[in-house]
Amino acid sequence: MSVQSDAPQGAEPTHFAFDEDSERQIATVLAKYPPERKASGVLPLLYIVQKQMGRATGSAWIPRVAMDVVAERLEMAPIRVYEVATFYLMFNTTPIGRYHLQVCTTTSCWLRGSDDVTAACKAATGITSFGETSKDGLFTLTEVECLGACSNAPILQVDDDYYEDLDGPRTLELIEALRRGERPTPGPTIARMACAPAGGRKVLREDAVQKPQGQE
Amino acid sequence: MVKVTVDGIPVEVAAGSSALQACEAAGKEIPRFCYHERLSVAGNCRMCMVEVSGGRKPVASCGFPINEGMQIFTDTEVVRRARRAVMEFLLINHPLDCPICDQGGECDLQDQAFGYGADHTRYHENKRAVTDKYLGPLVKTVMTRCIQCTRCIRFSTEIAGVPELGGISRGENLEITNYVEKALTSELSGNLIDICPVGALTSQPYAFTARSWELKRTDSIDVCDAVGTNIVMQARGAAVLRIVPRINDEVNEEWLADKGRFVVDGFRRRRLDRPWVRVDGRLQPASWQDAFATIATRLKDVPGQRIGAIAGDMCDAESMMALKDLMETLGSPNIDCRQDGAKYDTSRRDFYTFNTGIAGIEDADALLIVGSIPRQEAPVLNARIRKRYLAAGRGGFPIGMIGAPNADPTYAVDVLGQGPDALAALADGTHPFADVLAGAKKPMIIVGHGALTRPDGQAIARACWDLAAKVGAISPDWHGFNVLHTAASRVAGLDLGFLPGPQGRDVAGMLDGGVDVLWLLGADEFPTDRIGPETFVVYQGHHGDAGAARADVILPGTLYAEKPGTYTNTEGRVQEAFRAVMPPGDAREDWRILRAFSEVAGRKLPYDTLEALRARMVQASPVFGHAAWSRHGTSDTTAPDAGTVPVSDAPLRPVISDYYLTHAVCRASPTMETCSGIYVHPAIEAAE
Ligand code: SF4
Ligand code: FES
Ligand code: FES
Repeated sequence: MSVQSDAPQGAEPTHFAFDEDSERQIATVLAKYPPERKASGVLPLLYIVQKQMGRATGSAWIPRVAMDVVAERLEMAPIRVYEVATFYLMFNTTPIGRYHLQVCTTTSCWLRGSDDVTAACKAATGITSFGETSKDGLFTLTEVECLGACSNAPILQVDDDYYEDLDGPRTLELIEALRRGERPTPGPTIARMACAPAGGRKVLREDAVQKPQGQE
Repeated sequence: MVKVTVDGIPVEVAAGSSALQACEAAGKEIPRFCYHERLSVAGNCRMCMVEVSGGRKPVASCGFPINEGMQIFTDTEVVRRARRAVMEFLLINHPLDCPICDQGGECDLQDQAFGYGADHTRYHENKRAVTDKYLGPLVKTVMTRCIQCTRCIRFSTEIAGVPELGGISRGENLEITNYVEKALTSELSGNLIDICPVGALTSQPYAFTARSWELKRTDSIDVCDAVGTNIVMQARGAAVLRIVPRINDEVNEEWLADKGRFVVDGFRRRRLDRPWVRVDGRLQPASWQDAFATIATRLKDVPGQRIGAIAGDMCDAESMMALKDLMETLGSPNIDCRQDGAKYDTSRRDFYTFNTGIAGIEDADALLIVGSIPRQEAPVLNARIRKRYLAAGRGGFPIGMIGAPNADPTYAVDVLGQGPDALAALADGTHPFADVLAGAKKPMIIVGHGALTRPDGQAIARACWDLAAKVGAISPDWHGFNVLHTAASRVAGLDLGFLPGPQGRDVAGMLDGGVDVLWLLGADEFPTDRIGPETFVVYQGHHGDAGAARADVILPGTLYAEKPGTYTNTEGRVQEAFRAVMPPGDAREDWRILRAFSEVAGRKLPYDTLEALRARMVQASPVFGHAAWSRHGTSDTTAPDAGTVPVSDAPLRPVISDYYLTHAVCRASPTMETCSGIYVHPAIEAAE
C-alpha cells in the first residue's frame, strides 16, 4: 500500500491564485498571528484554498500549485505545507466530486446503522468502495472516524454539514435532493432538536413530575 | 555539572544533557536510529530505551533530561525486552533484503538486529511497500527500507539548509519524500547517505559496486576545495571506489561536500598514464627517458628568465616545493601558484588565511562576506556558518554580503551592495550594517576570491582589513579577518613562496610568449589558449585536460589518492594525506618526477626521500613543522599592502560558475557531468 503523492496526471492545474473572497479571509486569519509566526496560519489557508477550489471548479481539493502559493504567502518551505496538507484527511490532495460524502463508521455510528448509510450512499451514487468518485463526478465517498456527534449517530457529513440520525432510506432521499441541487437543512433527520433526546424531552417534564413520597 | 550514575558508574555531565549522553559519558553504548548528535532530537524510533530510577516504565534516553542523582540502567531485563519489542516493530515492514542492499555491512538496523532482533516474525500480514523517490543523481532511494527516523529530514532542514525533504501522510502511510520529483538542491546531499541508518538512502553512483568489508581504508584530505575536509579513501585493488568523510570537529565535523565525495569516478578516466612527447605537432607516446631528454635538450641555453612554472589548484606541498627548487636551480624567478591571478600581501600569514578558523565561526556574532559565495566555494564551511546562524536564533547572527549570491546562501543575508563602494559605506559608517559590526564583540569578515582575483583585489583586502581593525575584529584573542580560498594548494603555495621572485613574472606575465619554456604542475584553470605559440610547454599532471592538450611534453603525475601529500587548508591548517592506491601505468609521484628530471638536467635536487623533502619544506616555511593549528589573535593590526590598483566600482562577481566542474578531475567524472547538467545548466538557462 502506498500513497500517491500527487494528484493523477493531468488533474493538476498549472496555476493558482487566491480570489477576492479568499484574500479577505486570509487577511482575517493572518491578523491573528505575529508576522514572524505567520506560518501558524497554514491550516486555515489550506481550508481557504480548498473552499475556493470548490467555488471555482466544483471540486474542493488542494492542488500542489496552491500549496506552493500558500508556502510563498506564509514564507515557509513548500515541503512543510505538503506535510500538513497530506497529514489531515480533511484536506483533499486529489480532486473530488462536487459533494463530499463522509460516512462515520466508528463505533457509535456503526452500532446505530452506519452500514446502512454506507450501503445507501453506494446504491445512490454507483460508487463501489470508499475513496471513489461517482461516474457523474458529483459524489466522492469517504470513510471517516468519529465526527464527535455520536449522540445523533449515524452521521453522514456532506462537505461541511452534518446530517444526523440517518438510516438507509433517508440517506437515499438526501442524496437525491443533493442531486437535484438542493441542500436540505443539516442536522437531525428525525424529530429531534439538536442533540436533545429523540422524540422530545425525557426528563424535567411538567407532566412527569413525580410527587415526593408521602405527599398525596 | 550534574552527577548521575549509569549502571552504578558515577559520571558528571553538563546540565541539560540527555540520559543518552550521560550513558555515553559512562562508556555505555546505547542503540539508536533517530538520534544523531549533530541533529535536533526527534525521539521517534524508541530504540534507545533505558530505565531510570523512580520511573515506572523505560524511557527513550535520547530525549530524556537528566537530573541530579539520577540512576540510569542500560542493561536490565526490562530494557532488553523494550528494545526487542521496538526492533520487532521496525522489522514488521522492513523488507529484510540485506543480501541485495548496499548498506549491508554498515547498517545500523542490521547491527542492532544482531543484538535485539528475533529469529522469526509473528506478523503474517503483507508488508507495506513504498514507492522510491527521485532525489537527484547522487542519492539513490529504496524507500521500503526506510524506518522513518527522520534523520534525513532534519539533516536537509538543519544542516544543509534546503528544507526539501519531509514526511507526508501519516500512520502506516507515512512516507519520506520531497513530494515533487526534483533533485535535492544541496552541495551536501551526499551526507544523507551517511546519515541514513538503513539502506533507504544510498549512493547512486556507487550502487552495487562493493561491500564495505572488502574496502581498504586510507586517511586522506579532500582537495576539491580549500576546506581541507578530512576524508577516507576506500579502495579495492587499484581503484578508489568511494570517498567518505572522516570526523574532524575542527574542520568538517562529519560532513563532506558532494564534489569531494562523488568526484571519485573521475579518478580513473582521462588519466595520463604514460609520458608523451609532441613530435611534428602530434603527441606521441614516449618513455620517461625520452621525455626527460626532450625537455633537457629544449632547456639548454634557455636563460632562467625565460623559464616559468605554474602550480595548479590540487597540488601537494611536496611537489610545489620540488618544482620551486628546480626552478631556482634553473635560475628562474618565474613561478606562480595563483592560476586565477589572485593578489595577496604574503608578508604575514594572517593576511591570506582564514584566521578565525572554521570552528571559530561558532563564536562569531556578526559576519560580513565580501566577494565570496561560501555555499559553492566551500559547502562544508558554509554549513558551519549556517550552524552558527541557527544557534544564534532569529537575528542573533547578522550576516552582511557584498556581491549578491547567485543562489540561496542557506541563511538570511543582508545584501549590502554589489561592489566595493558598499565597503566604503561601511568604513565611513554611512551604512547601518557598520553599526552592527561595530556593536559585535567578535565580528568576522570573509574576503573571497570574487574580490581577490580582481585587479584591485589587494586594495579590497586592505579595505576589509582596515574595516576589521576598526570594528575591533582584530585583537589579541580574536582574529576576524579571513580569506576564503577556493584552491586546495593555495595556502601551501603561498607559505612555500611559490610566487614570482625579484623581477619574476606572474601567470599573466608568462602567457603570450612571456617565457620560452613553461612547466605546468597540474595547472589547467587559466587561459591556456593564451600561452604563446612558441612557448614549449611541459605538463606534469594526472588528467588530460586543458594543460595537457597544449603540452609539448606530458609527464604523468599522480592524484591526491595516489601519493602521500601535505595540504594546507584555507585556515592554514597543515594536514597529511596518505597513499590509498598506486598510480596507473607509468605515472609517478610528482616530487619524484621532479627529482628524477633534476638529475637528467644536471641540477640534482638535494633530497632522495620524502622525509628529506619534508625537512626541506620545514626549512622553507616553519609552518610545515607545526603539528597543530590553533586559534589565534594578534595585537599587530598593521594592515596588508594595498597594492597598486585603486579600488574600482565594478560589481563583485562569483568565481565559481559551475560548482560541479571546477577542476580536471571532476571534468573527467561522469557523475559530476550529470550533476552539472541537472543543477547548473537549467539555472543558467533560466537566468538568461
Ligand atoms: S530515509 Fe533513512 S534517514 Fe530518512 S527517515 Fe528513512 S531511514 Fe531515516
Ligand atoms: S462515532 Fe460517529 S460521530 Fe462519533
Ligand atoms: S534514538 Fe531515542 S528515540 Fe530514537
